[in-house]
Amino acid sequence: MSAKPPILILHATGTNRDREATWAVELAGGAAEIVHVNQLFAGERRLADYRMLVLPGGFSYGDDLGAGKLWAVALRYRLGDDLAAFIASGRPVLGICNGFQALVKAGLLPGVRRQGSGVRGQAADGFLTPDPCSLAPAFTLTRNDSARFECRWVYLEPNPASPCIFTRGLPELIYCPVAHGEGKFAARDAKALADLEAAGLAALRYTGPAGAPAAYPWNPNGSQNDIAGVCNPQGNVLGLMPHPEDHLIPAHHPRYHRGERGMLGLPLFRNGVQYAGGL
Amino acid sequence: MLYRVEVSTKPGFPDARGESLRGQTRALGLTGIETIAVSDLYFLEGNLDDAAASRLTETLLYDPVVEQAVIHRIDKNMIHRRGAEDAEPKKDPPRSLRLSDESTCTIEVALRPGVTDSVAESLLAGARLIGVAGLARAATGQRYVIAGRTSPAEASRLAEGLLANVVIQTYTVDEPMAPSFIPTQVVDATVEVIPVTDADDERLAALSRERRLSLDLTEMQAIRDYYRREGREPTDIELEMLAQTWSEHCVHKTFKAIIEYEESGPDGAPVPGSQRTIDSLLKTFIRAATERVNKPWVRSAFVDNAGIIAFDDCFDLAFKVETHNHPSALEPFGGANTGVGGVIRDVIGVSARPIANTDILCFGPPDLPFDALPAGVLHPRRIADGVTAGIEDYGNKMGIPMVNGAILYDEGYTANPLVFCGSLGLLPRGAHRNRPQSGDLVVVIGGRTGRDGLRGATFSSMEMDHQTGQIAGTAVQIGHPIHEKQALEAVIQARDAGLYTAITDCGAGGLSSAVGEMAAELGAEIHLERAPLKYAGLRPWEIWLSEAQERMVLAVPPAHWPALRAICDGLDIEAFALGHFTGDGRLTLRYDGRIVGELSADFLHNGIPRRRLRATWARGEAEVKAEAKAEASNLNLNLNLRLLLASPDIRSKEDVVRRYDHEVQGATVVKPFVGRANAGPSDAAVLDLRFAIADFGFRNDTGALDPQFAIRNPQSPLPGVALSAGIAPARDGMDPYAMAWAAVDEAVRNCVAVGADPDRIALLDNFCWGNPNLPDRLGGLVRCTQGCYDAAVAYGAPFISGKDSLNNEYTGADGKKHAIPGTLLISALGIVPNVGRTVTSDLKAAGDRLYLVGESASSHREAAHSHKPLLAMTPGQKRDRLATYRTLHAAMRAGLVRACHDCSEGGLAVAAAEMVIGGGLGLELHFGVGAPLAVAPTGQVQDLPLLFDEAPGRLLVEVAPEHAAEFEAQMVGLPCAALGEVIAEPWLRVTGLTGELLIEAELAALEDAWRGHIR
Repeated sequence: MSAKPPILILHATGTNRDREATWAVELAGGAAEIVHVNQLFAGERRLADYRMLVLPGGFSYGDDLGAGKLWAVALRYRLGDDLAAFIASGRPVLGICNGFQALVKAGLLPGVRRQGSGVRGQAADGFLTPDPCSLAPAFTLTRNDSARFECRWVYLEPNPASPCIFTRGLPELIYCPVAHGEGKFAARDAKALADLEAAGLAALRYTGPAGAPAAYPWNPNGSQNDIAGVCNPQGNVLGLMPHPEDHLIPAHHPRYHRGERGMLGLPLFRNGVQYAGGL
Repeated sequence: MLYRVEVSTKPGFPDARGESLRGQTRALGLTGIETIAVSDLYFLEGNLDDAAASRLTETLLYDPVVEQAVIHRIDKNMIHRRGAEDAEPKKDPPRSLRLSDESTCTIEVALRPGVTDSVAESLLAGARLIGVAGLARAATGQRYVIAGRTSPAEASRLAEGLLANVVIQTYTVDEPMAPSFIPTQVVDATVEVIPVTDADDERLAALSRERRLSLDLTEMQAIRDYYRREGREPTDIELEMLAQTWSEHCVHKTFKAIIEYEESGPDGAPVPGSQRTIDSLLKTFIRAATERVNKPWVRSAFVDNAGIIAFDDCFDLAFKVETHNHPSALEPFGGANTGVGGVIRDVIGVSARPIANTDILCFGPPDLPFDALPAGVLHPRRIADGVTAGIEDYGNKMGIPMVNGAILYDEGYTANPLVFCGSLGLLPRGAHRNRPQSGDLVVVIGGRTGRDGLRGATFSSMEMDHQTGQIAGTAVQIGHPIHEKQALEAVIQARDAGLYTAITDCGAGGLSSAVGEMAAELGAEIHLERAPLKYAGLRPWEIWLSEAQERMVLAVPPAHWPALRAICDGLDIEAFALGHFTGDGRLTLRYDGRIVGELSADFLHNGIPRRRLRATWARGEAEVKAEAKAEASNLNLNLNLRLLLASPDIRSKEDVVRRYDHEVQGATVVKPFVGRANAGPSDAAVLDLRFAIADFGFRNDTGALDPQFAIRNPQSPLPGVALSAGIAPARDGMDPYAMAWAAVDEAVRNCVAVGADPDRIALLDNFCWGNPNLPDRLGGLVRCTQGCYDAAVAYGAPFISGKDSLNNEYTGADGKKHAIPGTLLISALGIVPNVGRTVTSDLKAAGDRLYLVGESASSHREAAHSHKPLLAMTPGQKRDRLATYRTLHAAMRAGLVRACHDCSEGGLAVAAAEMVIGGGLGLELHFGVGAPLAVAPTGQVQDLPLLFDEAPGRLLVEVAPEHAAEFEAQMVGLPCAALGEVIAEPWLRVTGLTGELLIEAELAALEDAWRGHIR
């Protein structure tokens, strides 16, 4: 397939990393378009016309009622069916930072498990949210243990057992910055966390320069099990707190001047765009 | 019906906010506090029932995974408790609203009515979204449950010292907080007429005082005479507008004044021949420097809201630095928050997209004893925390990277902290339009107008006293960065679609200033009732003068108005047309049709009488002090180095800087932290604009985004931008003339150190000074601007923008005056010809050579805590370092330099230690072994000055051995000495001129000290 897959970069009021997401998607071979959620609500654009959806970082609606909360509510109330259909059709969805927070709080991550969806593992009730309008979610992204916003570079290790199409076959770690105050991945209880792990939905983990486990600051927020990103059981929806779109070229590397290269964030986008292009 | 919802952390999950607060209580001297539990409070009022309140809570207000919620119907009982244990809402048994028992104390905090509460706004929007139409009003607050021994006095100390700022908040102890709804107010169209035509001088002075106009008698007389000519009396709106337009903040009357300057000798007698009349400091020293260096790449200097220079053939850069000192002293979060918002709007106001921010902060000592605080002044630690949080909130939410800054501490800043906020923008050449046409609409986009920030322009132009906080509470605002973000996106879309003919921002003075300036030539007719208000009850003059944040004013041809409105609607930002530009040269203000004010634009802008001021300078003070400090002392040099590294000015600012996003927009390639562990200090930031430029459609032949193609010619190197700063406070009688040289040099040197071309550096000047009506304060300011001129000309660096903040003095309850040390910030914007040839400060490889470039002086910071850099210069005593910087830059472009770091606070010793810390490698240095060390003509070579000299012009440079010969050949004839080499062993060793080992310190000990831990 030669045509570039059309990819929607969703701008909510307060989104601010949409342009970087656009650059990343375009470098990965997609045709990106920034669309404000109001344009979708008004029917000026249709989600179904795109092959991949990116929810970029920022402070949607100021994060006033909790990070990503109002965006999540807007998505559920105004776009719920379209979004559910988009995900069910297997098209890739990537939520970064605030986009991840919105997907989790909208109940779309770790996601709805359908009967007989063929997912490996013992996906159990803990993270099932059968009715997105009356949620009893099992996971959230909450305040960093440090109680403050932090911007620093972290190493991400893909989970080889994950069904995630974005992290599949990544050649090496990803090195990229985090920039958030509410990025601690937390489960309601130990069982929910164990079930998530058993299903391989912890797609990306923080790791230290000398390997796992990552202690602070390598795990910058206190996330349980060093979880930096999670996917849905189908593997087509991924959310992560760090910003792979901020490490697209070697010069972005903080030790570029020391000759260090590699561990770009770009392959993650390439996986998504290629997958979208092949649908 | 009114509901109160309380959301707290579920048991078993950490309460990160409470933990963090508890950690801060010790600094308040409160030792009995065991825990602090934080809850958020929401007040919901309207046509609501229990089910609606419950639905709002569940859908919008709490996170069921880690939080629990309790809903009370006010005056009745608790209705619901939601949390871990309860899967379903259920009725709880009635319970009184008593909030605490004996072992705990409860403090509740809420914003005062009318202070921006964006959470409440979002709650209302969320309620509409989920279809709960009955919610009419919302308010928020916080509840703190404190466990441990706290007396009532301690509870108040905790509340006022940490949890609430009474300027914008109220608090209760062990009592439930009432919701801070704005009382319903009726429309108030009152316009007062204020008689002035018959007023005598005494009455005029009294009027200025009573209405806090901050105008002097001459100015009041000019106003009286204008109204005599007009044959009528002014209205309140006219008088307020004149006071705002003529305020120091808006018109810079000190910098434009006629100054009689005179110097006195050590005996106090006038020095013959030193008298001089200066016709405007701005014209004589600042603009004159720009004209003299005459750089073709300066696109706009001192005309627009920001200075503009060329980046390349197609793009320009706009840079502006502002201060927000007075507001930050009273309400540190809001003051700094809106300071950032304001300077960003200046950049949007020249049609540029902001791409980076800077912040330079000056605070009182963090360890200042509470009993040493002047009355009515917040503790420096509290100010620093609030300012940091305010900058973090605005910059991060706008998505603008914070890339460069500094923090200084001095007792002189205790009552008057300085908050410098800078913003850099990128715009396509020719995109900025600034010529409104007759008939164009006056369109305001952004947030609504409230009573916030009234008289901010006049407030910032006066001295403060211990009651200022109570009186000027309305001068402080809380920002709403999301409104500004959306306004930015709307402006960029409107710019690219060519929808406006002129644009400016609403800053100090509000619409009065913004529209007043835009209509200075054409005149305009304005309908004040058309401005959407946050709440009813504002009088016409209050609407006109309000400094409500996040508003831009555009001149829009009527044909383009529907398109602009559609853009704003799509971005959730309000836009309204307030009136139109007329062409009759008059400013006509109407409310519901009737004229409430009418002024000649010419009188408004040109009618202000020139000030005549007297300035004196006591010659010789600095020299005398320098001599007194010259005696040698017996220092433990290793300890002194560690104390210097640990001193507040020098030590790592990582705990602050990491709270700012420095990566957003994907351009920061020399970051605030460099080196092996991303923790070494950086001299300046470098931005790589390839993506930002690619956004404008510079794509390859197939239309694909190609970051390499962004340079348009892949063979030529990709240029970038460097941002740096030099700041010099006039501490301990330092000569302001020498101080200006030091600041200019430091800014330029920092820029050159990362790879900027010394011939492509533009400067911004920001003066923070005391009361200019006091001749000694003004004398220092005159010398400082003189220094700016001489230094800028010597370095060939033009000033493109600047700002002055005067009257930074504080009269305490004791009647004593507290003035800041006169402070000059020079910000530098440099073009980096090739981002592939930038340099960082961390050592790179063992075996490399280390050179000292620049000449040393014979003065130094003697002991770690004395903060006494000694400098004395006289006008005419010029030190031309430009040739050295040019040669160093050529060496960098040739790829000969592997690391470079400037010697600033703490001199060579600290610079070397920082390079060691950044690189994780050691240094073995010997003075006087290589080429002779260059020393200022008056001095002689000595170990101590070499180590700790803070005089301008010195850099440490790392060069690979294979390039050493070439580097040395290039530096022939310039001050450059080989000092030694980089070693793998993590030690810093410095051997003195006589072979004595001066410094021997292990990397780990240096790093510990630099992080504030002295072993």
